[in-house]
Amino acid sequence: MNVPEDLRYTPDHEWLRLESDEGTVGITAYAADELGDIVFVELPAPGSRLEAGSTFGAIESVKTASDLFAPVSGEIVAVNEQLSGSPELINSDPYGEGWMLRVRLDDPSALDALEDAAAYRTRIGAP
Amino acid sequence: MTDGSPALRQTPLRDRHLALGARLVGFGGWEMPLQYSGISDEHHAVRRAAGLFDLSHMGEIWVTGAGAGQGLAAALVTDPPGLAVGRAHYSLIAAPDGGIIDDLIVYRLAEDRFLVVPNASNADRVATELEPRLAGLDAVMDDASAATALIAVQGPSARGILAPLTDADLDALKYYAIVEGRAAGAPALVARTGYTGEDGFELFLAPDTAIGVWDRLMAAGVPEGLVPAGLGARDTLRLEAGMPLYGNELGLDATPMEAGLDRLVKFDKRGDFVGRAALEAAREAGPRKRLVGLLLRGRGIARHGYPVYRPGEDSSVGEVTSGTLSPTLGEAIAMAYVPLSAATPGTMLEVGVRASRVPAEVVPLPFYKRGPSQPASDKERRT
Repeated sequence: MNVPEDLRYTPDHEWLRLESDEGTVGITAYAADELGDIVFVELPAPGSRLEAGSTFGAIESVKTASDLFAPVSGEIVAVNEQLSGSPELINSDPYGEGWMLRVRLDDPSALDALEDAAAYRTRIGAP
Repeated sequence: MTDGSPALRQTPLRDRHLALGARLVGFGGWEMPLQYSGISDEHHAVRRAAGLFDLSHMGEIWVTGAGAGQGLAAALVTDPPGLAVGRAHYSLIAAPDGGIIDDLIVYRLAEDRFLVVPNASNADRVATELEPRLAGLDAVMDDASAATALIAVQGPSARGILAPLTDADLDALKYYAIVEGRAAGAPALVARTGYTGEDGFELFLAPDTAIGVWDRLMAAGVPEGLVPAGLGARDTLRLEAGMPLYGNELGLDATPMEAGLDRLVKFDKRGDFVGRAALEAAREAGPRKRLVGLLLRGRGIARHGYPVYRPGEDSSVGEVTSGTLSPTLGEAIAMAYVPLSAATPGTMLEVGVRASRVPAEVVPLPFYKRGPSQPASDKERRT
């Protein structure tokens, strides 16, 4: 199972990639695989707020619906518009084209509260 | 088992599922394949060609003896003595208060021999309920659920895949019929039944023959487009076909009339049956709610338990029983219980999907109905 070294992770299977004070957020390959065929994503509008640990949207597969949880607090600066027409990008490229939103972090040190790749790998029982 | 939950039962095909990369989940007390390549792929394969299902979790209860038919007539809402030998029908076992204990299929193998197939999660309960209902009659019940494997081949190519592998005359085997024979190298009961909305067959087998049968069907079927299919696709297929699932559309709190299964209840059969008085009273009083199909007209997918509203009203009037994005239609579909006054096709309702209300139109069931058999090329043109 692909768990990139350069990302940080939540216990709810979201990832965050930090570039200066902006972070990109998505869900992990493990989560996408568990959900199965993803058919619908509900995301907030740019300009709205993320609150760490709170629900920011929902993702649906053929099988089930699941909430999305914010890894950090901040202002949403961009949302991946491609996902409304092609939600399957989350299955095919969860760390790339399947990204969900970009957020300007209130506090970049909030990153420290997230798991690193090794801890997340342990959580999901990946080798 | 530190959490106290009982161990999941395993089917004889578990190793095959693991080798095929299946994701296994607990269902009805069994460890079953949820999906292999993916629910959508498997769903489309069943609609276009064929799917191979391990249904060994289903119950198989034999009722035998000169009084078997009479006993089942007193135990179920249908009239099994009216079945011709070699035929089957869909039935319900009701509680004395008219609630539905389970839905099941009754096959008549001989004048005095019936096979009852309940859901996995209800198999023990059905056996427990049936036994006293047969008391005093020349009828013996044998719960063979643990000693029976069940493999289904479903889809427009199912007949072509199975025909060369069985001595059963599939052209003579009608829908809802069953025959004893051999299939894919093993003794089998071959039934033309299923839960997908497609033509297909179900093979009742001795567990130690299941792997051999599975392998032969895979070898013969894969070149014809057959794929192994899991419970995920089974659920989306049955939902498109408007078929109820016990625990979702059916339960102790809905009458057969409310579930749209009026036709099953044979009030005119002779003798009493469990639930008769309550069901007659319910018929007299009329249904309080009705199971309907919903087509969502906005973005979002309705799921089991989501509330249903009349437009502009604050309190819900109904509840979604099952919902998904239909792989065949590409639209969100659902079944729901709503008041009679909201059950007419064309009525606009709303489903509460998380924080929003999604418009939903009441539509007739089923969502999908297979066309008459025809070459695949014609089917393509039709759409």
